[in-house]
Amino acid sequence: MVEQMMEKTALKYSALAIPNTDDLLYGVSPHPLACGLGLTIGAGQVFPEVNFTLPAMNIEAGTWAEVVAHYEEMASQILRRAVSLGVPGIVLEFELLPPMTDRPEWGAEITAVLNRHLMACHEKHQLPCALRVTPTDIRDQQKPPMMRTGEPWQRLKRSFELCAEAGADILSIESIGGKEVHDLALMYGDFSGIVFALGMLAPRDMSWLWGQIGDICVRHPGVVPGGDSACGFANTAMQLAHQKMLPEVLAAVVRAMSAVRSLAAFEQGAVGPSKDCAYEGPVMKAITGYPISMEGKSASCAHFSPLGNISAAMCDLWSNESVQNVRLLSGNAPEVFTELLAYDCRLMNTAAASEGGALQMRNWMTASDEWLSPQAAVLSPDATIKIAAAIVGADTPYHRVVAAGRAAVEILKDGIAQEKLHLSRKEQQWLVRIDDALDALPADEATLMLDLEAQYGGLYGKSSYGL
Amino acid sequence: MAQSNELHDAILNGDAKKAHAVTQAAIEAGIAPMALISESMVPAMDEVGRLFEAEEYFVPELLLAGRAMKSAMELIRPLLIASGQRMAVRVIIGTVKGDLHDIGKNIVASMLEGSGFEVIDLGADVSPENFVAAVKERQPHIVCMSALLTVTMPAMKTTIDALESAGVRTHVKVLIGGAPVTSQYAKEIGADGYSENASAAVSLVKSLLATA
Repeated sequence: MVEQMMEKTALKYSALAIPNTDDLLYGVSPHPLACGLGLTIGAGQVFPEVNFTLPAMNIEAGTWAEVVAHYEEMASQILRRAVSLGVPGIVLEFELLPPMTDRPEWGAEITAVLNRHLMACHEKHQLPCALRVTPTDIRDQQKPPMMRTGEPWQRLKRSFELCAEAGADILSIESIGGKEVHDLALMYGDFSGIVFALGMLAPRDMSWLWGQIGDICVRHPGVVPGGDSACGFANTAMQLAHQKMLPEVLAAVVRAMSAVRSLAAFEQGAVGPSKDCAYEGPVMKAITGYPISMEGKSASCAHFSPLGNISAAMCDLWSNESVQNVRLLSGNAPEVFTELLAYDCRLMNTAAASEGGALQMRNWMTASDEWLSPQAAVLSPDATIKIAAAIVGADTPYHRVVAAGRAAVEILKDGIAQEKLHLSRKEQQWLVRIDDALDALPADEATLMLDLEAQYGGLYGKSSYGL
Repeated sequence: MAQSNELHDAILNGDAKKAHAVTQAAIEAGIAPMALISESMVPAMDEVGRLFEAEEYFVPELLLAGRAMKSAMELIRPLLIASGQRMAVRVIIGTVKGDLHDIGKNIVASMLEGSGFEVIDLGADVSPENFVAAVKERQPHIVCMSALLTVTMPAMKTTIDALESAGVRTHVKVLIGGAPVTSQYAKEIGADGYSENASAAVSLVKSLLATA
């Protein structure tokens, strides 16, 4: 109960760490992060971050030995290929599957396996490396979810603790506070519900949760609080939009607004790198100056993306998102995707080694995608700075979300006006609808909550959000 | 029938309040409930489906139309039951054990409901035992299962096996879906069908019922 009541004095960003668009480059961050075994992220080079998972199989006591064998195999093959290709450094990411968080000892056991492989590789080949561990947010096992109390939270917390003890270097999570409202609001295109979820519920949960994660890192020297991802919010919207289920413009505006809840992790002490699937990462980097991880063309093993190149433009780690341990002609998929990432990074780093090369390369990657989709349009360095400036220019998370939404709408409207962004009639109608919905929002969050009580009040527990 | 046209348009525009009011007025004017369904509601939802297929409607428009239809059905359902007429086909849906992802499942459930099916949503992380119990108790025509993770896909087979063991497998058609699921996997585990997306799931349910 102490942790529940604990209030912390959070940092509040009111200015940009990178105010100049030309300084928002891949591989370079104002606050590089030293972590793991001799790795410094954001100090001039981009490193691969390899994420890998199991093939279709049950995870249970009877298959556990097979599960561990898969992770042994994946780690050894990834690192073997990384060494063969001479990567300058590498991060492995272990995203726990739900049963591995439900049973924290299982997640810790795999963490120890991966840590052992990294240590051996570092010792033998002096490869700078680190291990990111990402427990699953299992707090929504009950309806309404219990975010700050109850068994699922206790297991999640223990999972963080045990993984930190077992050799994690970076802790992350794709947290889901506010998702219970956001999912429904998104499906019905209810903009006020979306704003409520992203501007009130999600930042409150993020602030509380990242305070907890920060405490765990303090108790485990050498383990750093990395960052979060709006995966359950903005990536859900993005993927539904790609399937023509939601307007692309709505997904793009949701992306910009989701940066506010992801920023809350940094305001509670996260130091990066933020999660690979946090496409709002560049906004974090512009505001905080901490390094970020991104994914794009070499994550096609996991999902379609119209952001293949532009998403690399400002990254510090470059990830494949997730790939199953299945056999391909040249080896197993995780080592194959390690090779793709290695070459992507090598090209970026080679460009960066020449005068002005990083800026030129960044601009090419941006130009290749920028106006081909609304999602890409809000991800360019220019758009990133505009959205980031709008966020730090506002006071509360609610007002920040509204400001980010307005900035995204203006970016899209400018793109249309300049005949760079071509949208269908239906998409343009939705952009007008979103613009109108922003205008119709009340001046304060208390009024919004009251307005939406009948519609969404039954979906979330107020005490879960300190309300 | 002016009310029929108004009801049709209210559903098409996703206006639940108007759909409810128009239906109330139509019932008071003595229009047969079945006529409202067949002449206004079903054509409206067919048009909504067509607009969605043509990418003129997104899911929000589709769901708002379904919500409008539901508000009209709230008035019509008791009248149908009182007159002994049969309700829509019943569908049970859930995300399988170990999997907490439910937005795709929710979209399918809402679209099925909007198409006139009676949908019982068991939620996420549904154990095989709970699927079996729901089938026994609610006697659906269709069972839909969703999984987003490769490691929870096997729970689909476990559930089908549990339906077999409980002796109720032949009572229902089983459909599966979710990002990692394929038609080949559906065949492998003995499901009756696989759908790549929510819209196709509705079509699949209709086609399976037509051939049943």
